[in-house]
Amino acid sequence: MKSFTYERAFSPAAAAVAASRRRGAKFIAGGTNLLDLMKLEIETPLHLIDVNGLALDKIEPMPDGGLRIGALVRNTDLAADQRVRQDYAVLSRALVAGASGQLRNKATTAGNLLQRTRCPYFYDTNQPCNKRQPGSGCAAIGGFSRSLAVIGASETCIATHPSDMAVAMRVLDATVETVRPDGQTRRIPLAAFYRPPAGTPHLETVLESGELITSVVLPKPPGGRHVYHKVRDRASYAFALVSVALILQPDGDGRIALGGVAPRPWRVEAAEAELPQGAKAVAAALLAGAKPTGENAFKLPLAERTLGAALIEARA
Amino acid sequence: MPCSNESKPSESIRTVAEFAVTRRRLLLGTAATVALTSVQTVARAQSGAADDPSILKVGFTVNGEARQLSLDTRTTLLDALREHLHLAGTKKGCDHGQCGACTVIVNGRRINSCLSLAVMHEGDSITTIEGLGTPQSMHPMQAAFVKHDGYQCGYCTPGQICSAVAVLSEIKAGIPSHVTADLMATPPINDAEIRERMSGNICRCGAYSNILEAITEVAGREA
Repeated sequence: MKSFTYERAFSPAAAAVAASRRRGAKFIAGGTNLLDLMKLEIETPLHLIDVNGLALDKIEPMPDGGLRIGALVRNTDLAADQRVRQDYAVLSRALVAGASGQLRNKATTAGNLLQRTRCPYFYDTNQPCNKRQPGSGCAAIGGFSRSLAVIGASETCIATHPSDMAVAMRVLDATVETVRPDGQTRRIPLAAFYRPPAGTPHLETVLESGELITSVVLPKPPGGRHVYHKVRDRASYAFALVSVALILQPDGDGRIALGGVAPRPWRVEAAEAELPQGAKAVAAALLAGAKPTGENAFKLPLAERTLGAALIEARA
Repeated sequence: MPCSNESKPSESIRTVAEFAVTRRRLLLGTAATVALTSVQTVARAQSGAADDPSILKVGFTVNGEARQLSLDTRTTLLDALREHLHLAGTKKGCDHGQCGACTVIVNGRRINSCLSLAVMHEGDSITTIEGLGTPQSMHPMQAAFVKHDGYQCGYCTPGQICSAVAVLSEIKAGIPSHVTADLMATPPINDAEIRERMSGNICRCGAYSNILEAITEVAGREA
């Protein structure tokens, strides 16, 4: 691990200012992904700003009936919150489908959104990777791509976003709240939070330099049946090959987002109009324009079948 | 001139006893040597630059005892415990949060100590396997692992036991898991729940079924 200096921040605005002033600064909260990458020297911050003292660890009701989730709320606490279990079950289900008990006790809401891909070529520093080293090329394209993206990727990167939590938040129409170094706050819909990889896969979100996530807001409870279906190589503690977050209303309307298939939680609102036609029609609309590799083409029928299984569970 | 080389029989026996060091003591001795080197590095760094910004003081409680350390910011909680405090019970397996051998309990919650910086634990209360029980007075979970043969090589065992103790608290606190059927109900204590919740602790020897029996027995006793 490269040497770094360390400070504790005491207000969100001060943290953002510190991050914009120090060269090579990064925020650290749970650290479960960042420290892993620092040990491999994939991340090499010169300065860490510990944000754990910022009192952003509350889950508060909003006037419109929604919930504001502090950036530092741990994955375990979010999954176990009574209001989340009752009204946003898809989020609880997605959270407990990810990582291990130990990691969920440390990992935070904001950190989960910002975690990096688990593409094997991103992790192997002997290989070219446009995300790790811009302009070096992509060894995944034409390489071992079984776990990688089938849609929404680019000619420069086919990495997937690894989060389960973000898939549920996407289907819940969550909004990310931030503070910038100039003290201005802003609200970014999760739908617009992740950048398409295009030619700059190293730029993963629309966050600006020094901008700090302070909370994630969920709109008022959507009702309906909530299902999170995750398909992976092991029964537990593995990343998704395909996952489906589904909220199905009694009248048949619904919302669907997929994990494990794209560089961001994958949702196409127009595809949801196909729900009365069944899983095949929805999957066809959702994955129209997919460009799988030979190794990961199986994800297309897998996504359709996983959605079918989720619909059966929601209608049961 | 008296012969100074001659020693009394009782001293010879003591010498033999002193050489009969256990493997654990030998390893701890090695750890102490490593720690001494680290301390010297710190001292050098401090004398070189009056205040090296990458060396920081941190204080936390380990197994009920207040500890103060000066550490390179890169030091993980795991390395602080093993190399600096010589608590070698907590094990380093993968060092990347994948195997669970380094599991300790911080402020009542199990975490991977390899994926946490020691300087981020100011004021925290840390329990390691050494703090759960001793060979003379074992924690019920330690005793159950012995009774059910919940290990073979033993390397993952401290992490398994710390995790298992925390798992039972998590179930009691109503924290749901991936296999919990009803999110609104208190999770049951059954094989599926224990297996799922213990999935962050890998046992290469494959002692899983015995580990499950040990945890089930303690859970039953607690219920």
